[in-house]
Amino acid sequence: FPKGRSSSLMIRVIRGARTQGEERGVIQRECAAIRAQFRQADNGTRSHNLAKLLYVHMLGYPAHFGQMECVRLIASPRYNEKRVGYLGAMMLLDEKQDASLLITNSIKNDLSHSSQYVQSLALCTLGCMGSAEMCRDLAPEIDRLLRASNSYIKKKAALCAVHIVRKVPELGELFTPASRSLLSEKNHGVLHGAVVLITELCERNPETLEQFRKAVPELVQIMKGLVMSGYSPEHNVAGISDPFLQVRILRLLRILGRNNETASDAVNDLLAQVATNTDSSKTAGSAVLYETVLTVMDIKSESGLRVLAVNILGRFLLNNDRNIRYISMTSLQKIVQTDHNAVQRHRGTIVDCLKDQDASVKRRALELSLALVSAVNIRSLMKELLLFLSSCPPELRAHTTSGIFNAAERYAPSQRWHIDTILHVLTTAGGDVRDETVPNLIQLITTATELHCYTVHKLYRALIADISVQSLVQVACWCIGEYGDLLLRGECEETEPVQVAEDDVLDALETVLQSHMSSPATRGFALTATMKLSTRITHNVDRIRSIVSIYGSCIDVELQQRAVEYNALFKKYDHMRAAVLERMPVIDKSSPGHTNGESAGGSIKEMEPTKRTQEVFSYLDMKYRLDAPLDHVTRPGKTLGPNYRLFMTFVSHSHPPQSVQLQMKAPSGDVIPAHGLGQVTQTVLLNNPNKVSLKMRVRVCYTSQDFVCQDTVQIDSFPSPAW
Amino acid sequence: MMYFLLLLSRQGKLRLQKWFTPVTEREKKVTREMTLMVLARPPHSCNFLLWRDLKIVYKRYASLYFCCGLEDQDNELLTLEVLQRYVELLDKYFGNVCELDIIFNFEKKAYFILDEFLVGGEILETSKTAVGIAMEEAETLQEVTHTQSLKCDTCPNISICFFCSLNRQWRSI
Repeated sequence: FPKGRSSSLMIRVIRGARTQGEERGVIQRECAAIRAQFRQADNGTRSHNLAKLLYVHMLGYPAHFGQMECVRLIASPRYNEKRVGYLGAMMLLDEKQDASLLITNSIKNDLSHSSQYVQSLALCTLGCMGSAEMCRDLAPEIDRLLRASNSYIKKKAALCAVHIVRKVPELGELFTPASRSLLSEKNHGVLHGAVVLITELCERNPETLEQFRKAVPELVQIMKGLVMSGYSPEHNVAGISDPFLQVRILRLLRILGRNNETASDAVNDLLAQVATNTDSSKTAGSAVLYETVLTVMDIKSESGLRVLAVNILGRFLLNNDRNIRYISMTSLQKIVQTDHNAVQRHRGTIVDCLKDQDASVKRRALELSLALVSAVNIRSLMKELLLFLSSCPPELRAHTTSGIFNAAERYAPSQRWHIDTILHVLTTAGGDVRDETVPNLIQLITTATELHCYTVHKLYRALIADISVQSLVQVACWCIGEYGDLLLRGECEETEPVQVAEDDVLDALETVLQSHMSSPATRGFALTATMKLSTRITHNVDRIRSIVSIYGSCIDVELQQRAVEYNALFKKYDHMRAAVLERMPVIDKSSPGHTNGESAGGSIKEMEPTKRTQEVFSYLDMKYRLDAPLDHVTRPGKTLGPNYRLFMTFVSHSHPPQSVQLQMKAPSGDVIPAHGLGQVTQTVLLNNPNKVSLKMRVRVCYTSQDFVCQDTVQIDSFPSPAW
Repeated sequence: MMYFLLLLSRQGKLRLQKWFTPVTEREKKVTREMTLMVLARPPHSCNFLLWRDLKIVYKRYASLYFCCGLEDQDNELLTLEVLQRYVELLDKYFGNVCELDIIFNFEKKAYFILDEFLVGGEILETSKTAVGIAMEEAETLQEVTHTQSLKCDTCPNISICFFCSLNRQWRSI
């Protein structure tokens, strides 16, 4: 075809392609034809070939070879060619392309064209894709058009100026005088553009903002005119007169009234009027009310007006339209800290929204509910949150669990409630909790000393019911290992005791050890728990011995290592076993206090230094792992003396206060000669960045004349210059 | 401001794309992820969602999804009205707009109508009639200059192209 197919024909052919491959083929042929046409002299087909290329581009195929064509067409004297050329420029030439600079001159010329439609093309294109350089170049032209032209051009020039200011903020000063006078225009298009431009100028320059505060009365007048005017067919949308303009004016008033008493006072009446008179049965009215509420809450409004605004949001919460419920919650979220009590009044409705089918609404309701948790409502609200968790969409589970844990930590009415809540979460959604949950729960359990029996019963029951949830199984194993004796006693105050034998408990742990569902970490927990039970049970210690020795050849290196160590504990170091596997003490953890409703003093990371001293490590936090013993100690004829070797390692999963770090170096030797003839030193490095007061207990085990001895030393204070 | 406006078919094919901010081809492809989210929404869902840190507002009209990305201060409810207004403008211009209209006339009508309504991501004209008048006058100018340059593709006459472009025959495909 000498001219190429018409664009409609080409589109028809492309749509007729039955496969992706066929489509690609068609496109390739068409593009080749288009390229060929471009190379020829001007034959009047350029514009429609470019149009075809733009269609191809929209389908996702490369079209960069059309860029220069855009430049040529823009320079054409014919309107239809310019039009397609400018359209092409907006689609193919963004400011990152070099070719975009080439159109600057054409734009400049077209800005002064005799036809307003040509001027309009130039303005539109500059306003959509003008680079900073182009903007600098052409800004004076735009300013001229802002002042002296018809409405059609003025409104386009205004938005073009907005784009320029976004690209080159310093140029804002240039447009300030002209934009002020535009506020007296009657044409809504121009007025709207002016308000957008002024908003942009005020947001970027505080001095300009100061200047435009003087325009507040004028803006109020314009707004009043819109609200009180009768039906205007040209601007009416569902009973509201030009909602687009109303919303922009409200937004500008918000910026001008923020942090300024005078400006805020001046708009109080207007806002009250809009809030009461606007019909919100349709979206247009709701949009205006929404913007009004945002403005009221952001400026220094009278308290009566604020209450009115929150009530509007409350009404929105009950609206049938999901969109309205959604934006109501986003707005309430913004004010939940500053107007906490007002928002609390709507808690019931917000919690109901947790049950909405829509994912967006659910998400908003969750955020807001979490923000509304307080000491007063914790019990009832947690019930709702747990209910929500059992049916919540997968993408929200992790967020919900961490929100629940935070709330529980801050407001738990009792330790038992706290433990129960965490266990409930682990049972429902244990796969979606963060890693710290396990150690945090363990720490909590140790502090609830009166509840050890209750806790181990609960966890035992959970374990025999289901071993698939790793976090739950890990905590259960730890508890059983630690408090198994309480389980076996067969009595419990807080709950129905179980009647189990030692074998049953060991069966449960072995099931975890052997299950393919158990992760390596979980199996580690189970093995350690089994080992700990060796000092808490009486009859079945041999069974434990055999489990431990079997796992000494386990293929998992971590388990194997543990098993070997525990084996050693049974064999050569049996005398130490009871001490090593003793009950853990309460683990302290300083936690930040930060409750809802109070103004946030700072981020979670700020922690007040605790006045009481903390034990850095109690000796029980350290499990001794003893290396192979030295035989030469007992060789006769040699100087006998105590010898020791001391390594420390963490076998349990509790850890010292976060801020302090310990590092132990190798001892200088392993034999201390008798009669004070020498010494062995071992360096321990402590990093204490928060300079907490420290106490340290050190236990030394050594052999002396075939007797194993141990000695404990407590260091109550470190010399203060040490930190 | 609106960062972009996309029109998609039910199958996810792009029918119109307007970017109000410079975006690389790769970034444009990334928005594919967002469009899939939108297309997957059940009917009667909330029309707002969050994607990355953008507010997305979408509305379905017949077989076309209109999606736009907003910045934080933008009013979502008003944006629904903006989309509604655009559809009404298309409707007024094509008379009973359908997806095929947009496909076959994209380079002429849909973008030009858009450019008389939104510029730089902001509303240019709030009056429906004013947009209509501008479109008609621009079209007249276009056809006058068009007829001066080419023979019409669809009919043998040079001077009645204006009517050909209103001709609905190919709409039956």
